[in-house]
Amino acid sequence: MKVSIEINGRTVTGEVEDRTLLVHFVRERAGLTATNVGCDTTSCGACTVLLDGESVKSCTVLAAQADGHAVTTLEGLRGEDGGLHPLQRAFREEHGLQCGFCTPGMIMAAVSLLEHNPKPTRHEVRDGLEGNLCRCTGYHNIVNAVMNASGQEVQR
Amino acid sequence: MIPAAFTYRRVSSVDEALAAVAEHGDDAKLLAGGQSLLPLMKLRFAVPEVVVDIAPLDELRYVRAEGGEIVIGALTRHHDLHHDPVLAEHAPVLARVAASVGDQQIRHRGTIGGSLVHADPAADLPAAILALDGVLVARGPAGERRIRAAEFFQGPFETPLAAEELLTEVRVPVQDGTGWGFEKFTRRALDWAIVGVVVAGGAVSLINMGGTPLRASATEAALAAGASAAEAAALAAEGTSPADEAHATAEYRQHLARVLTERALVAAGR
Ligand SMILES: Cc1cc2nc3c(=O)[nH]c(=O)nc-3n(C[C@@H](O)[C@H](O)[C@H](O)COP(=O)(O)OP(=O)(O)OC[C@H]3O[C@@H](n4cnc5c(N)ncnc54)[C@H](O)[C@@H]3O)c2cc1C
Ligand code: FES
Ligand code: FES
Repeated sequence: MKVSIEINGRTVTGEVEDRTLLVHFVRERAGLTATNVGCDTTSCGACTVLLDGESVKSCTVLAAQADGHAVTTLEGLRGEDGGLHPLQRAFREEHGLQCGFCTPGMIMAAVSLLEHNPKPTRHEVRDGLEGNLCRCTGYHNIVNAVMNASGQEVQR
Repeated sequence: MIPAAFTYRRVSSVDEALAAVAEHGDDAKLLAGGQSLLPLMKLRFAVPEVVVDIAPLDELRYVRAEGGEIVIGALTRHHDLHHDPVLAEHAPVLARVAASVGDQQIRHRGTIGGSLVHADPAADLPAAILALDGVLVARGPAGERRIRAAEFFQGPFETPLAAEELLTEVRVPVQDGTGWGFEKFTRRALDWAIVGVVVAGGAVSLINMGGTPLRASATEAALAAGASAAEAAALAAEGTSPADEAHATAEYRQHLARVLTERALVAAGR
């Protein structure tokens, strides 16, 4: 079937099999490779994107379901000044990544988290990111990055 | 992992969805949030020929108070339930249970209808609807019928719904404010419950203590007779036969059921 998905403000149209997953459309058709496939079982969050503004695991959404809808990936994030988004900046400042594989999904999940809860407690950050796994850093600096981006104190 | 090939059909009304499943019967599957169906299809445990996408049916996405009942559309998402002001006032236990399903991303897609129809004995919302004596409303070729939660959960992943039927809404009585509690024990974040307990007024239901959600009837009877939380909770595992496996033996699960029931009862103010 033919699908048209607005990805980061640009409409990407393509002929896909009905069973094509959104994550594959984003990576292979739109050529946006920040969104990763980790577990492929809805468990790790590496494939998290925003669909109509809400975080979802794109390995568990069909490209067909996103037809006519808007998707935002890490590549579509910007700060108000056109530079890094506050979460991107905070992950760098707080050393919230090592290999970076989980980072795009972490950041996209955190965008959604801060949208619903702009000043989360550390506990709420952990709760909000429970669907995202990191195999490198442990979670301390990731939590710090989200606290930093929300303008709150971090723990050294 | 990619599902086996199928034909995707997006529908724009309940009638159109019913016509699609009437045409294809067992070869068709309704797709709501997809958070259970798509993982199963990727593992090829489910291999439908036609997938009927009902997610766009906003007509089935609502929560409202109607007389003495709360009426919830089948396509209301877990995230909606978690943040709904009507539930916060009239059935807070449902909002709390919905908030514990999967993770934030899963709750943005998964629906109450999908969770109930999937009927996983380890799932949270079925036990909550059982504790609340909910009624499930289904529409099919023969019209509408109502099924009590106690008759809806028949076995693991087994319900009386036919392939040609669609769950449209769930109705639960407004709670009288006698208190509620919810406890869920998981091995890791984002996991299904090893055991869970939902308390709503005098009702107590158990997650993952058998092939379906179960009412802890001995505990409920003791409470009705005026027993303390500790005395009533000691009876929580009576009549249950939970799974006995490497992660959790049956004996351990029964112990957990007693401990968690006491906590949930105390939280409910019993
Ligand atoms: C990693 C992970 C962790 C999870 N953890 C939990 C957990 O802790 N607790 C928990 O309760 N759940 C958990 N879930 C499952 C839960 O998230 C799903 O949202 C829910 O079970 C299914 O809802 P859905 O709307 O996504 O249904 P779908 O996956 O779309 O459908 C499920 C089934 O119901 C049928 N169906 C759907 N809607 C209707 C309808 N209106 N009428 C008739 N049939 C219908 C479908 O045909 C299908 O057979 C988890 C899922 C994942 C992937
Ligand atoms: S790849 Fe989608 S959740 Fe892991
Ligand atoms: S930084 Fe490597 S997986 Fe998280």
